[in-house]
Amino acid sequence: MTQEPDATVPEVTVTAETAASQHTRIDVSGAAAAPMAANRADTQTVFHCDGVHVYYADFLALRNVSLNIAAHEVTAFIGPSGCGKTTFLRCFNRMNDLIEGARVEGSINYHGVELYQDEVDPVEVRRRVGMVFQKPNPFPKSIYDNIAYGPRLAGAKRSELDDIVERSLTRAALWDEVRDRLKTSAYGLSGGQQQRLCIARAIAVQPDVVLMDEPCSALDPIATGRIEELIAELKTEYTIIIVTHNMQQAARISDMTAFFSVQANEMGQRTGELVEYAPTSLIFTNPDDPRTEAYITGRVG
Amino acid sequence: MAPPMSTTPHGPGLKVTDLRTSVRRRAWSAGARWAFALAALATVLVSALIIWTVASGAWTFISQVAFDNLTEIGWFPRRGLFDLSTLLVNSVQISVIAMLVAVPSGFGAAIYLSEYAHPKVRKVMKPTLELLASVPSVVLGVFAISFITPSILTNFFDDINFFNKLAAGIAVGLLVIPLIASIAEDALRAVPVALREASSGLGARKVTTSIRVVLPAAMSGLMAAIIVGFSRAIGETMVVTIASGGGDTSLFNLALTESGGTFTSAMAALGLGTDQVAGNNLAFQSLYFLGALLFAITLVLNMLGDLIVRRLQNKY
Repeated sequence: MTQEPDATVPEVTVTAETAASQHTRIDVSGAAAAPMAANRADTQTVFHCDGVHVYYADFLALRNVSLNIAAHEVTAFIGPSGCGKTTFLRCFNRMNDLIEGARVEGSINYHGVELYQDEVDPVEVRRRVGMVFQKPNPFPKSIYDNIAYGPRLAGAKRSELDDIVERSLTRAALWDEVRDRLKTSAYGLSGGQQQRLCIARAIAVQPDVVLMDEPCSALDPIATGRIEELIAELKTEYTIIIVTHNMQQAARISDMTAFFSVQANEMGQRTGELVEYAPTSLIFTNPDDPRTEAYITGRVG
Repeated sequence: MAPPMSTTPHGPGLKVTDLRTSVRRRAWSAGARWAFALAALATVLVSALIIWTVASGAWTFISQVAFDNLTEIGWFPRRGLFDLSTLLVNSVQISVIAMLVAVPSGFGAAIYLSEYAHPKVRKVMKPTLELLASVPSVVLGVFAISFITPSILTNFFDDINFFNKLAAGIAVGLLVIPLIASIAEDALRAVPVALREASSGLGARKVTTSIRVVLPAAMSGLMAAIIVGFSRAIGETMVVTIASGGGDTSLFNLALTESGGTFTSAMAALGLGTDQVAGNNLAFQSLYFLGALLFAITLVLNMLGDLIVRRLQNKY
């Protein structure tokens, strides 16, 4: 525990080679995020994260992340394995609560409400912040019942369900393919269809934000292309945060990109951290940090 | 340094004789194969022998008995009265009571262990639960007459018989709980975590996730648990013999507060072989007949279970 930085004090691990990144890190954390925020003053902030640390028991998985997520934009988290991008994503709907021993420190503010306080019920958060997982995970129920599951929980009336199901499936570009077999098992669908079903299921409860954890990693390129088109359409209605291993994907679909990296301490524990957060066009053409550049040009990772 | 694995040359100079196996080793391999095959064959032979013995005894009975006597007032084998409905009703009653006890608590325990219990708690609780399975059934039979009936049931039923089907059913239920809980827990734990996460991600509480996602997803395993439990209950002998059907006779009776013999307890009573049984009309042969009947019932149950499990799996 002794080497964990105090959340309120900026990190002081300055060596000659990390001096440059230190600069960037201060840039993205805290008040100095101003230049980026300046040209985005017109967009509404959905999440405001400040000094977020995530622990699994005593293990620090993610260090001192500060960034803002804007409404109706696609924000991509990229970075090498173990850099904590999925861990961070799961903070936004308090999904980490389900993991024994997981602990989040620092501030994640959702529309002005501090997410991590006792009064907040994670279940209520998750009805507003939906999630699509890495591998398609439809329920072993019919297509119809998969979509209707969330609305039923939220107390939707029987008479509304047909409409909700049709609307959600249409929105997820799946309606035409499944309209004649709504009562058949979701397991009869292809992998790509299943993932679109999962997206439809997530938006059926009309969330505010949709979190996507590498939604295309289990899909072939054609299915991936369809999901990417879908994401571009969905951002008009929803705020989307997506974790991806695929940098081209981040470049294609996102407005903002956060690059995470991982550092091992002397005990071999690998802690993730945010290296750079900027508009996607900037990060892929003119990254500030040498580590970002090394990663996106394929020299590392 | 480990000794070299082989004393024969590697690389150039290798001859086919270096790669040949010894006669002894080949004989050992073949011998082992035959020994295992024999062991497998023995179990098949024994099963066949059991079926043949039971079936031929049952045939002797069925070919000689007067069919009118199969529907008489009760089970009185030494008087030549073999009312099957008496035993069937008692068997079913006791098994159903057992399932009413075992299924809710077994499934409840399974849900707790698989969905709620902290890993440390589960580590202690699961073996404890399975310990209940190792209680000999004769002990549970004694428990039924020394505790369940006198300390509990007498408070609810004034005129309850000391030996009664209710206590026997409850005790059989206790016996079956660990079996059902264990199978059900395995079934629940086999449900992928991804489904629980999907449900939580849609804003479902843990209890909703457990009941509406995990339970239905594990349905085939849960049905298997129920059917295995039921076959176990209907085949249970000692508890029933002690707690309800100790005598070798019973009159047709639907009251749960009365004693009554089942297929199994009637068989046990006949098998105890008092000197009046052997050679006395068809009493002894009825033992085989009951055995065949019980065998057929459990076989049908298991096949039914298999069918249900497969149908449920096909559906989703």
